Amino acid sequence: MRAFFAFLATLVVLAALALYGSAFIVHQNEQALVLRFGNPKQVIQTPGLHWKVPLVDTVDFFDKRILDLDTSEQEVSASDQQRLKVDAYARYKITDPLKFYQNVRYEERVKDVVGPLIESEIRRVLGSATLQDVVKDKREMLMKQIKDQVNKDGKDYGLEVVDVRIKRANLPQENLVKVFDRMKADRVREATELRAQGDAEKNRIQADADRQVTVIKAQATQKSDQLRGDGEANRNRIFADAFGRDPEFFNFYRSMQAYTETIKPGDTRMLLSPDSEFFRYFQDPSGKGSASPR
Amino acid sequence: MPWSNQGGGRKGGGNGGGPWGQGGGNGPSGSGQPPDLDEILRRGQDRVKQVIGGRGGGGVPAPFLFLLGMLALAAIGFYGFFFRVNPDELGIVLRFGKFDRQEPPGLHFRMPYPIEEVATPKVTRQRKEDIGTARSGDRAGPGSDAYLMLTADGSVADVRFDVFWRIKTDRVANSEQSGVEQYLFNIQQPETTVREVAESVMREVVGKSNLQPLLTGGRQKAQDEVQQLMQSILDSYGAGIKIDQVVLKEADPPAQVIASFRDVAAAGQDKERFIKEAQTYADQKVPVAKGDADRIIAAAEGFRDQQVAEATGQAARFLKVYEEYKKAPQVTRQRLFLEMQERVLSGTDKIILDNKGGSGIVPYLPLDQLQKKKTDGGQP
Repeated sequence: MRAFFAFLATLVVLAALALYGSAFIVHQNEQALVLRFGNPKQVIQTPGLHWKVPLVDTVDFFDKRILDLDTSEQEVSASDQQRLKVDAYARYKITDPLKFYQNVRYEERVKDVVGPLIESEIRRVLGSATLQDVVKDKREMLMKQIKDQVNKDGKDYGLEVVDVRIKRANLPQENLVKVFDRMKADRVREATELRAQGDAEKNRIQADADRQVTVIKAQATQKSDQLRGDGEANRNRIFADAFGRDPEFFNFYRSMQAYTETIKPGDTRMLLSPDSEFFRYFQDPSGKGSASPR
Repeated sequence: MPWSNQGGGRKGGGNGGGPWGQGGGNGPSGSGQPPDLDEILRRGQDRVKQVIGGRGGGGVPAPFLFLLGMLALAAIGFYGFFFRVNPDELGIVLRFGKFDRQEPPGLHFRMPYPIEEVATPKVTRQRKEDIGTARSGDRAGPGSDAYLMLTADGSVADVRFDVFWRIKTDRVANSEQSGVEQYLFNIQQPETTVREVAESVMREVVGKSNLQPLLTGGRQKAQDEVQQLMQSILDSYGAGIKIDQVVLKEADPPAQVIASFRDVAAAGQDKERFIKEAQTYADQKVPVAKGDADRIIAAAEGFRDQQVAEATGQAARFLKVYEEYKKAPQVTRQRLFLEMQERVLSGTDKIILDNKGGSGIVPYLPLDQLQKKKTDGGQP
């Protein structure tokens, strides 16, 4: 009985060991390369449970996901002699585990093996473009060029570069200083212009105010003169109407008034002749000895 | 590399950093190796031996041991056959490493490890990549050139921003995978990827824009463009990442030139001030002039009315006298004449000379003496 159980147990253990040695799981995000005594036998890219011969076959796993490759920053000189510090990254996939195994072996080595390739492509491609192209006009196209070229050159590495993108593209320090100077100069010009505009506007508004003042005064004077003229005209008309009825009497009457007005008491001394009309009855009650009345 | 670390004794050995709750492991910690099959077998064997053998040694009663064993088995069974998905998670079940099904929050059945494995990514959580704040190994303090970006007009802007993203949960167009699957299976380093795509895209967008709009009104546009472009690039990677929002925290001129930019703002203020001053001047001068004008006109109107009134009065007076005069012309004329003489002569010094006595001789009149006498108060 006991022996039976021991035998059963041993059997189970052996079965488990066999299972453990001959089955392997390829994850959804992995691919596997099966080697028989080092001889590549099979590439497995479908996830799931797979079988191998225990002890004879070994399995190497590789990532199937998009992987990260960061290049180091480098100085590139563009075709217009502008220098540029460029930092790019690449995204790649292992597409051929066997080639990858043969040429790269470990993910960690990709940076050493493929990195320089990408960096030299960046130098070559950006070197044939102008700074303006890199920054503004053709950035996307240039990045695509780099990617295609790297893919062509890197076929043997068993990986596909999904994307190469310029992360940073900056001017080196000494050029940056020049840009700063130019930006400053631009701002100074802008500030000066703004202030000048303000000044001009101020002068314009003040001059306009002064003009308005002058015009208002002139118009007032004009109106005033008109009014005064109206007044005098009316006065003349009224007088003419009244006095025109008997000009002779008006002369007399107005003269009487004028004498009264002009010869004021106290400031006039008169030499009178007794022959005057006033003294007509002064010496003669009949009034005949004097000058004849008019 | 979380995926190469499952507990199955793969290269590297498990350090529990992966997204997978370790096979038979218990609880959220997920650490610890799954119970080895051999171990279980051996233990079971022992137990069987004990029970069958009926030795009951050690003073512990067999039924108690049996109960304990059953409880342990039940616990292992529970954790081996069920898993929990929290409200902020989705359960992704792999059978032999291959995607099998997706489970909503709740308690779910599973086959024990190594047949099925479960990942529970936190899909509702919004994550943030802060681009521009100092990280270790990054020169990103104020004044550093790490976040300087060239603009289309050859200037440089200092741009710092946040990217908010989350795992896509809906199905993805043109793919049999859902967003979560893409996130788990297609991309190795999501955070780094978001970061690098963000930096690259922001530089591209900034490079196509002039400096001035970036600093002022064009920020929203830049944010939207970056978000869209990032999304399309990440979609091309099949990353299963959704960019919620891109927020420009800072889009400034570089620290080295910011003073001159501020001066431009100050100049704008100065301009406004100059104009305000001039307007104040105008507002003061023009009304005063209008007041003066009104005064001048009022005076003129007064003059006109005065002239008319005086003339009317005098004319009326004349006409009244004339009416009287017409009734008796000779008498009135004489009366007026005499009244005038009377009025004039009553107030004046008078000297009456009879020129009959000495005609032809101009008499000597010491006018100045006469004048003196008068001022002395005496009568001539």
